[in-house]
Amino acid sequence: MCLEKINTRFAPRDSTSGGKPLQWYPKGEPVSRNTTSPNTGHNAMLSIATGLLAFTAALFPSAALTQEGQPADRQIGLQDSVTPIMDSIIVFHNGILMWIISAIVLFVTLLMIYIMFRYNARANPTPSKTTHNVAIEILWTVAPIVILIVIAVPSFGVLADQETIPDGERKYLGANIFSFGDVEMPAPELTIKATGVQWNWEYDYVDYDGADYSSFMLNDEERLAEKPSEPRLLATDFDLVIPVDTTVRVQVTATDVIHAFAVPSFGIKIDAVPGRLNETWFNARKTGMFYGQCSELCGKDHAFMPISVRVVSKEEFATWIEAVQANGVAEAASVLSPII
Amino acid sequence: MSEATSANHDSHANPTGWRRYVYSTNHKDIGTMYLVFAIITGIIGGALSGFMRWELAEPGIQIFHGLASMVYGFEGDAAIDGGKQMFNVFTTAHGLIMVFFMVMPALIGGFGNWFVPIMIGAPDMAFPRMNNISFWLLPFAFALLLMSLFFEGAPGAYGAGVGWTVYAPLSTTGSPGPAVDFAILSLHLAGASSILGAINFITTIFNMRAPGMTMHKMPLFPWSILVTVFLLLLSLPVLAGAITMLLTDRNFGTTFFSPEGGGDPILYQHLFWFFGHPEVYVLILPAFGIVSHIVSTFSKKPIFGYLGMVYAMIAIGFVGFVVWAHHMYTTGLSLDVQRYFVAATMVIAVPTGVKIFSWLATMWGGSITFRTPMLWALGFIFLFTIGGVTGVVLANAGADRALHDTYYVVAHFHYTMSLGATFGVFAGWYYWYPKMFGHMYSEFWANIHFWLMFVGVNTIFFPQHFLGLAGMPRRYIDYPDAYAFWNNVSSIGYLITLVGVVAFLWVMLEAWMKKRVAGDNPWGEGATTLEWTLSSPPPFHQFETLPRIK
Repeated sequence: MCLEKINTRFAPRDSTSGGKPLQWYPKGEPVSRNTTSPNTGHNAMLSIATGLLAFTAALFPSAALTQEGQPADRQIGLQDSVTPIMDSIIVFHNGILMWIISAIVLFVTLLMIYIMFRYNARANPTPSKTTHNVAIEILWTVAPIVILIVIAVPSFGVLADQETIPDGERKYLGANIFSFGDVEMPAPELTIKATGVQWNWEYDYVDYDGADYSSFMLNDEERLAEKPSEPRLLATDFDLVIPVDTTVRVQVTATDVIHAFAVPSFGIKIDAVPGRLNETWFNARKTGMFYGQCSELCGKDHAFMPISVRVVSKEEFATWIEAVQANGVAEAASVLSPII
Repeated sequence: MSEATSANHDSHANPTGWRRYVYSTNHKDIGTMYLVFAIITGIIGGALSGFMRWELAEPGIQIFHGLASMVYGFEGDAAIDGGKQMFNVFTTAHGLIMVFFMVMPALIGGFGNWFVPIMIGAPDMAFPRMNNISFWLLPFAFALLLMSLFFEGAPGAYGAGVGWTVYAPLSTTGSPGPAVDFAILSLHLAGASSILGAINFITTIFNMRAPGMTMHKMPLFPWSILVTVFLLLLSLPVLAGAITMLLTDRNFGTTFFSPEGGGDPILYQHLFWFFGHPEVYVLILPAFGIVSHIVSTFSKKPIFGYLGMVYAMIAIGFVGFVVWAHHMYTTGLSLDVQRYFVAATMVIAVPTGVKIFSWLATMWGGSITFRTPMLWALGFIFLFTIGGVTGVVLANAGADRALHDTYYVVAHFHYTMSLGATFGVFAGWYYWYPKMFGHMYSEFWANIHFWLMFVGVNTIFFPQHFLGLAGMPRRYIDYPDAYAFWNNVSSIGYLITLVGVVAFLWVMLEAWMKKRVAGDNPWGEGATTLEWTLSSPPPFHQFETLPRIK
């Protein structure tokens, strides 16, 4: 219950309020957000814990600039999230793991520095002959175990969400990783089959006859001619088009060698293995362009088979998929509003 | 009579010239050959990574098309394709060389051969002739790997661009040319070399300890080698099986890893990582042993928690065998399998923590002098701590989803290996150099070498954490422009490291020219193991009368 409270403040940004608690705020907004938080009736420990979590989000920023769906220049943190899965990964990494590992490194470093000053030959000419201290040996065995358990509890929750396709009833953690889940997810309404091929992706909307096409990276000339606003090495000729706020089941396989289907802002990465049908899912809450890249070495053009996902409104998707079925993907592109 | 026997014995045991080395059965000569071999391969492997960092210094393809046309004679657009494949070949060769032909020969073949017999009070290894073949298999294995660079691999391109993991089907149907066969045979030879070496070390340590040296009195470096060679002995046959199956899949029509014949590409990954994970502990455990000795020597204190240190290494070795699939979280493993491997993997942090804290406790209350080996050992502890904690992050399948196959992983394993194991190699090198060769290097230049390397490798690898978090995948010859800045920083770090390597070669040259006599024990009262009771360099055969350990 209390743990839930900590994390409700970390709720994923929702498109209505426009709040972006997981993003980089140069002006220290997460702190002010925390102080103006409505949960003022809580005990001090919890407030401190919440403040620390919020502060961490600023310390390990998701993106240096507000550029969604793709990396930003000099970015040092995870990409922004638009799915409950990536929400939980970000909170787990930025809010828990980074704190713990930074504290451990800091502790070891400070201890080393102290030892170097206190016990160098000049400061301490006669060395002690201590070789045992059962109490401290037990302590430094037990303390890491405790830390690992603290990590493991949310870790298993975050993992289970990723690996469980929504059935409409199961609740997901989202950013609230210490809860038992409070994000509702509809069962999949759309199934995409993504097939990795040397060196492009092929997409098949299995629920719609005749809606399948290949997606190739645009080389620089093509990109500048056709999609100049999209980034180099990430833009493709035909994006994977997905309706917003829809649970999408992604089935992934390959025909030749192993590839991997990954979209960082969705928090998904799954190998495309010949002879196997792997499965993952996502539910994107924002429209826009989201990019990923092949994430398993697949030969010469491994770096040149990006995944570009265009999330559109449900209405736009319905029009688009009909156009694809009727006239093919090249013609259907015109029904989508242009990307700014 | 006894004099005649002895003279006869010496003439038999002391061949000179090239015979001394090619026919060598002497653990110290073989150890020296391993170390020289590791320096040569390390420079070659490091040069390969230099080309990769040069390429990655800016977005776009800068140098590999030119390299491909110079080396392989490609022209025009073919040079671009050849260059892309060549980049993959370089990542592959860099990984294989550094793992199998640099770190392992240096730590196990080099320092292990040199100092395990001496530290346990034995005159030589148990099987001196087998020791000879263990070493001499390696140059041939290395030659096979270098040859693979010049044969067709992927259609229309040269070399084995399959990654050091040699995943099927990229390594089978994806690269039909003979380059991958050369790489596989190279691994077979290197593996045979290591298995023979492992048998030799196990037999030596179990049977040839001096009177009174019980297992629980044995110094930590022989202990670390003992655990290491057990890992090798148990894991390498699995690799040998896996790559033999690759070989038959490639050449004889079997389908172990091809789904069209009832095989499974994931089976290869399980087999590979059953070897591959213990292998990474093979690389780091001997460095643990070396660092323990150095920390104790320069703190003038016995090692803190000796038994804890020993059993921590055994625990790391044991648990190292049951965590392999944490390299495979994204392959489609079931939720329960992933849960198990998360839990098992995190357990390793506990014995690793024991090691780190025990080193700190050894220094605590000591009287520390910051001689060159101690700097490397302290650098090792700091860097290994960073590499260790990022390992805890990656252990969580939930977080690994975002980080798998990104530069975060590259940063992690270079912090443990490039900075961990290699710092262990240099620590051992500077610690034992006066003992092995009888003269002392310039500590001034050696310290400069340390600081250049320390700053250089951190500049290379720390920004790679950022790249990985931001999503940059591994093994990419070109990357979206957003990743340009940190890649550039990383490449600058390579230049600093390169100056560090030049400094290292200078330290060696200077020491060789000046020939300052080191004395039997240049490190003073803290150096208590048996090698410091011998002359520097030790006699060709030591301990003709076995030492007695109280």
